Amino acid sequence: MVVLKAESLTIATQEDVVRVRQTTRAWAAEIGFSLVNQTKLVTAASELARNTMLYGGGGTVLLESINDSIRAGLRMTFEDEGPGIADIETALTDGYTTGGGLGLGLSGSKRLVDEFNIWSEPGRGTRITILRWR
Amino acid sequence: MERIPILRLRDCLLVTIQVDMHDQLALTLQDDLTELIVRHQARGVLIDISALEIVDSFIGRMLSNIAAMARILDAVTVVVGMRPAVAITLVELGLEMPGVRTALNVDAGMRLIERALEEERQAGHGRSKG
Repeated sequence: MVVLKAESLTIATQEDVVRVRQTTRAWAAEIGFSLVNQTKLVTAASELARNTMLYGGGGTVLLESINDSIRAGLRMTFEDEGPGIADIETALTDGYTTGGGLGLGLSGSKRLVDEFNIWSEPGRGTRITILRWR
Repeated sequence: MERIPILRLRDCLLVTIQVDMHDQLALTLQDDLTELIVRHQARGVLIDISALEIVDSFIGRMLSNIAAMARILDAVTVVVGMRPAVAITLVELGLEMPGVRTALNVDAGMRLIERALEEERQAGHGRSKG
């Protein structure tokens, strides 16, 4: 798998979440995703960027335009050094929330992408990688 | 402070969301609408989201909250103009917006509000306005 292009963005404020959405949209369009798939990616990015800001106390997202010789895709890695998630399985359940939201951020964004990987350790932080093929 | 403008047309409030809202802006809109429903004794709230490229769970919750608050204040909320790609994504995200009525465009949305208020009048509910 080849990384054609990469860019890291800071996620600290609500405005940063908006910037993540706009950058994701621009990259997804450039890679050639359909409008529906662009919308799915941007929505997933919005949910995860908000989580990074709210629950992770801020962090970063790395966008990577990738190619595995057959197809192109967009990979995004959200990383924070916040309190982490003690029970990942529960956190991935629809409707589960610790922050007064709808509890769809993790579970919902997982449904919007092709690959979803989560690493988290209490006290050390959380890293979520999503990938969608064109 | 940055705000989404709210227009008043007879006893309805109209909002066209034309920017990519950060979360606080969405919450401010929710508060402003609730305030204006009471101040103008509005019976209908029409929210045009045709310019929105995405609706995530936060915006979805804001729309549900507006509809619920408006309902308690005796007003009907209709969300109009949702893009097809947004609708597809919302379903996959698993987001339901209880209490939110939708219409394809502003015209259909206004008719929906009028019809809902007319039904209430015939059923003898809702406040009467002289």
